[in-house]
Amino acid sequence: MRRLFFMIWKELLELRQDKRMLPIVFVAPILQLLVLGYAATTDVKNVPIVVVDADRSSGSRDLIRTFDASPYFTVTSVVSSVNEIAPYLESGRAWMALAIPVRYGQMIGAGAPTTVQVVADGTDANSTNIALGYATNLVAAYAQDLMTKRSPGRSLPAGLQADVRVWFNPQLESKDFMIPGVLALLLIVMTVVLASMGIVREKEMGTLEQLNVTPLRRWQLIVGKLLPYGLIGIVDIFLVVGVARFWFRVPLLGSFGLLFLLSLVFLLSTLGLGLFVSTISQNQQQAMMTAVFFFMTPMIYLSGFVFPIENMPAVIRPVTYLIPLRYYLVIVRGIFLKGVGMAVLWPQALALLAWGLTILGLATLRSSKRAA
Amino acid sequence: MSVPQSASPDAIVVRDLTRKFGSFVAVDHLSFTVRTGEIFGFLGSNGAGKTTTIRMLCGLLKPTSGAATVGGRDVGRDPEGVKARIGYMSQKFSLYELLTVDQNIRLYAELYGVPPKRFAERRRFVLAMAGLEGREKALPRDLPGGFRQRLALGCAILHEPPILFLDEPTGGVDPISRRQFWRLIDQLSKSGVTVLVTTHHLDEAEYCHRLALIHAGRLAALGTTRELKQIFADRQLVEIRTERSVDVMRALDAMEEVEESSLFGTAVHAVLRSRDVEPSEIVARLAAQHLAVESVEPVQPSLEDVFLDVVEKAGRE
Ligand SMILES: Nc1ncnc2c1ncn2[C@@H]1O[C@H](COP(=O)(O)OP(=O)(O)OP(=O)(O)O)[C@@H](O)[C@H]1O
Ligand SMILES: [Mg+2]
Repeated sequence: MRRLFFMIWKELLELRQDKRMLPIVFVAPILQLLVLGYAATTDVKNVPIVVVDADRSSGSRDLIRTFDASPYFTVTSVVSSVNEIAPYLESGRAWMALAIPVRYGQMIGAGAPTTVQVVADGTDANSTNIALGYATNLVAAYAQDLMTKRSPGRSLPAGLQADVRVWFNPQLESKDFMIPGVLALLLIVMTVVLASMGIVREKEMGTLEQLNVTPLRRWQLIVGKLLPYGLIGIVDIFLVVGVARFWFRVPLLGSFGLLFLLSLVFLLSTLGLGLFVSTISQNQQQAMMTAVFFFMTPMIYLSGFVFPIENMPAVIRPVTYLIPLRYYLVIVRGIFLKGVGMAVLWPQALALLAWGLTILGLATLRSSKRAA
Repeated sequence: MSVPQSASPDAIVVRDLTRKFGSFVAVDHLSFTVRTGEIFGFLGSNGAGKTTTIRMLCGLLKPTSGAATVGGRDVGRDPEGVKARIGYMSQKFSLYELLTVDQNIRLYAELYGVPPKRFAERRRFVLAMAGLEGREKALPRDLPGGFRQRLALGCAILHEPPILFLDEPTGGVDPISRRQFWRLIDQLSKSGVTVLVTTHHLDEAEYCHRLALIHAGRLAALGTTRELKQIFADRQLVEIRTERSVDVMRALDAMEEVEESSLFGTAVHAVLRSRDVEPSEIVARLAAQHLAVESVEPVQPSLEDVFLDVVEKAGRE
């Protein structure tokens, strides 16, 4: 324990002495937050929707087919009551619900004015706005179509209307969606970069060789690196959540305690990844390259941060399950904007934990004190 | 009567130690022993396999085949046992550049497990040895090379190991600091510490009790400086002073009696196959080829001659 304590002591001294560290660790996150907080527009395709078909007539089935056939929507499930849509929206399995009322088919058949309800998850404000536009247009075009079929030559005002409601983030604030994601992005960038320098720097300086002849154990070496960098990650969590909440006024609907706890689990996986990179690299440049191009860039692209996973080709989509950032994004957005708790987020939490432990195990194995 | 292992006079025993990197053999069936309290020099050109050997002996690198014991512990089977008995100063001075002198000492003392009671005394010892009293708060990068080197040595022996491995400890250090450093090594040896040290400064070999010449991963020669020079016992070494050294060397190499010739400073050294050859005869034959020489004289072989001869032989085999 004494050895571990002094490893951490040494690491913190080095961090304090390193003049470049302070701005990287504490200023860069704020800057990124400001830039990314106001960025990004997204194109929307294959939005997963859940349909509440209370009518179950040929008319309602026709409308569902129209949605499913459109490139913008994919009908993931059809349920029979409005009460059933909440879990779909909460878990993100559907972004939108289309509710078809009872006697819809009859009313349409009679040419009477009818309303279908569209409920959207406003968490991702940009995408939702766009998707809502598509839905409204789709319904209007469909109604127009019906009318012309029935009485050719006459153009009547459409009798079918879409009643649009937005759940979660009802003001459709884009920054509310972006900023929790930025927390995820910052944590991964900061901690992976820091940790990937950790062991390889000592390799370069030659001090690793010296450590390896002392009785220091490799788990002590790993933990001695993890804890100080984890501490920086924790400071960054408070920093980013603070700025998000009090500067950008992003509502934090869920529990901060849970957010913090699951962020620690996320840190485990990012620090583990960084250390792993550190053990497979010979020098700092190589570690940086490997971390940025081989791990972080693909991870960020495939996590759903930049492009919605729903828009990715079917062959790519399974790959996203290998990416810890994917799970953490669901967690931060869920806790911030939907106020969900462990009851909903446990699969993500579990996936992150498994990922973190696996990569740490690999890093420990790779950092063997003796080259084979 | 059986001798208990701990009382063995040999601190390091190496038998057929071999290390391959892929198909490349970096250390090739090396065998030697180092006696307790001895300063054992490891001489070889770049890439000869010195560092690789040391790393195996420190339990940092697994031997491909062969065996070695250090302080009675097998390096292959019990690397941690070996590490508990050694100090190691790697080719790069392994100090933490962002930590002060004092912090470096503290860290290494803790990592090596120096008992808290001994710490104050060991710290004083290292500071005195490195000549850094009063500069405890300095950063290593602000210190001259000689001080850094002695501090690194001090940090490597905080835990008072009986066996010490030094890998090119005098690289990049001025001659005066080098001499000071060797004086420290000598003191350690006198107090019973076994020192295995690599160098490619041939002039440092005189500080070593015995030397191993390593070439291409193999042991090319082993012994005291005097013993090593014996390889010229039934041959003759002559020094030729001339302005046209390159042409002279070419002419010499064509002569039956001359085994080899090499440039030695501004002069040419030639190894004659037997003691019977008259140097004046060589002068006459060079003159016949219109190659004027200022002088030809028999000389005492230096270690450099030995080294060149050994490398030359190894190359011919
Ligand atoms: N990890 C490694 N992988 C592949 N080859 C290696 C490795 N370590 C050393 N070598 C090779 O083994 C040979 C011996 O290297 P070593 O470092 O032992 O030489 P050295 O005698 O210490 O040389 P120097 O005087 O330059 O320090 C070199 O050709 C080197 O390139
Ligand atoms: Mg070397």
